[in-house]
Amino acid sequence: MTSMETSETMSTSNILPKTNVASLEARGIHAWFGSHHVLSDINLDFAPSTVTALIGPSGCGKSTFIRTLNRMHEFIPGAAMAGEVLLDGQDVYAPGTDVTKIRLKVGMVFQKPNPFPSMSIGENVLSGLKLAQLKVANRDDLLEECLERAGLWNEVKDRLNAHGGSLSGGQQQRLCIARALAVSPQVLVMDEPCSALDPGSTLKVEETISQLKSSMTIIIVTHNMQQAARVSDYTAFFLSDGGPGHMIEYAPTSDIFSRPQDERTENYVTGRFG
Amino acid sequence: MSTVEVKPIKPWAASRADHIRNLSILLGAMIASYLFVAVTPMKGKLAYFFTFFLFYMIATATYKLFTRGQMAAKDALVSTVVSIGAVATLIPIISILATVVKNGVKGLHWSLFTTDMSLATPTDPIANGGLLHAITGTITLVALSLVISVPIGILTALYMTEIKGRLIGPIRFLVQAMSGVPSIVAGLFILSSVLYPITKAYSGFMGVLALSILMIPTIARTSEEVLNLIPNDLREAGVALGGTQWRTVAMIVLPAAKSGLVTAMILGVARIAGETAPLLLLTGGGDRVNPNPFDGPMGSLPYYIWKSFNAGSPEAITRAWAGLLVLVLLVLILFTAARMLGGKKK
Repeated sequence: MTSMETSETMSTSNILPKTNVASLEARGIHAWFGSHHVLSDINLDFAPSTVTALIGPSGCGKSTFIRTLNRMHEFIPGAAMAGEVLLDGQDVYAPGTDVTKIRLKVGMVFQKPNPFPSMSIGENVLSGLKLAQLKVANRDDLLEECLERAGLWNEVKDRLNAHGGSLSGGQQQRLCIARALAVSPQVLVMDEPCSALDPGSTLKVEETISQLKSSMTIIIVTHNMQQAARVSDYTAFFLSDGGPGHMIEYAPTSDIFSRPQDERTENYVTGRFG
Repeated sequence: MSTVEVKPIKPWAASRADHIRNLSILLGAMIASYLFVAVTPMKGKLAYFFTFFLFYMIATATYKLFTRGQMAAKDALVSTVVSIGAVATLIPIISILATVVKNGVKGLHWSLFTTDMSLATPTDPIANGGLLHAITGTITLVALSLVISVPIGILTALYMTEIKGRLIGPIRFLVQAMSGVPSIVAGLFILSSVLYPITKAYSGFMGVLALSILMIPTIARTSEEVLNLIPNDLREAGVALGGTQWRTVAMIVLPAAKSGLVTAMILGVARIAGETAPLLLLTGGGDRVNPNPFDGPMGSLPYYIWKSFNAGSPEAITRAWAGLLVLVLLVLILFTAARMLGGKKK
């Protein structure tokens, strides 16, 4: 498979600006939509250069939780939250924090591929630079680097001026990953990035995640247990038993899948419910 | 291995027998309606039209009833009614266009586009004088109204879709109310609030102000609908990449809505291009080409048409029809140009 070869010959970044990989800590996170309490008291540490998978049935607050990490939660009308999110020790909700800077440092890949329709493939990748008004020395090299790291370069290098919508769903999602990488985030949160993809594209995205790990901290929400087992170092299991979602168990991924401490975790990862 | 050649066919397409049957039903309905109108006291084109559709409807429904049953008969009945609706909409449009072209062509003359009416009287032959003052006037009025209304209309729409501020309720209500304002009211408002107390003189710009009052709500409402269709995913993606709301809107939301916003502009132009009442009150309608919209009376096509029909001489009436034709053509050219500009895809 050509994609495997590409990823093996890939070198580490020398074009993206060097950023120290950041740690991220969530302290007592609660979330509400209106008066509806959806998430209760989440405490989680994400060590630098690790991949953490969040698993759990639908509606248990996983997506809401990761959206509190880059302050996308407040984008929804009626949203409220409590707690602290420490990015390298600094609370992202501290008064006077520049929210656009936080979102630059904590990048996001959405569940549904959402390339910008009015832009070409190349413009899509570099759109973050324009949006955040960042300067880079060599745009062409950055473009190639990001697409290479997202595992898309070989497929699109001859048609960078084509419409972003002309790509397949899997390619569009990797384009969105490339777009998130172009602003060199320290943390990347991914909200079910493979839920709309076929197995081949899923494999490519997973390869991309393994490669990105050295240069950023990754948090991924997934409904696919095998995917969590394949890509992550740590796994957190979320559950809502009618009330707000909370975290049942957090452990190294191998422990979660081989010797879970909580009966509910065991039932979920073995497919007895959810 | 032998290859069997398979030809593409459409087993669902109507057969020759079906075509003949449909055609004979159509012809039968035509003949029946002709005879029916001939023996009854009904007269005129409309009578033919309605009896034809009535007979056609009954014939197809009966045919389906006996071949396919009650459900198919109802289906055929509804199909025919829907088709009648579509054709009924086309009839006035086509007959208006046909009348305008038929009467307007007689007055078409090269001098229409090169001279104005400053040296011609309504009873002069067609070759004397022309429409230049009215054409330039209408183009100036429409262009200036666009310059005023497009920014205000789109900004209003952005307030309602992007900022979603506290005033969204009253603003939406007022915009909807404003889109129902009769044009004469807009004209009287500018007359009493600007022309009489401040400028005290007719000018093209007074007309532009009144036309903008009519145009802004159309553009604001259509733009709001268009912007609401842009998926929220795109806004979230832009903000998640570290863009401010303003940059996300300017770089992502507006470009994604471009062709829809052009449609909003077209609808705005369509709203005002033929407006007559405010122009009668405010522009003074001169007979000379006046390039300055801020000083002196300014002609326009609707004003010219109104004035020529009022003059009453056969030459003037021919000129009025020619003016109508030119107005229709001008609007058509504007629409086509806007469509081509806005619909261009990368």
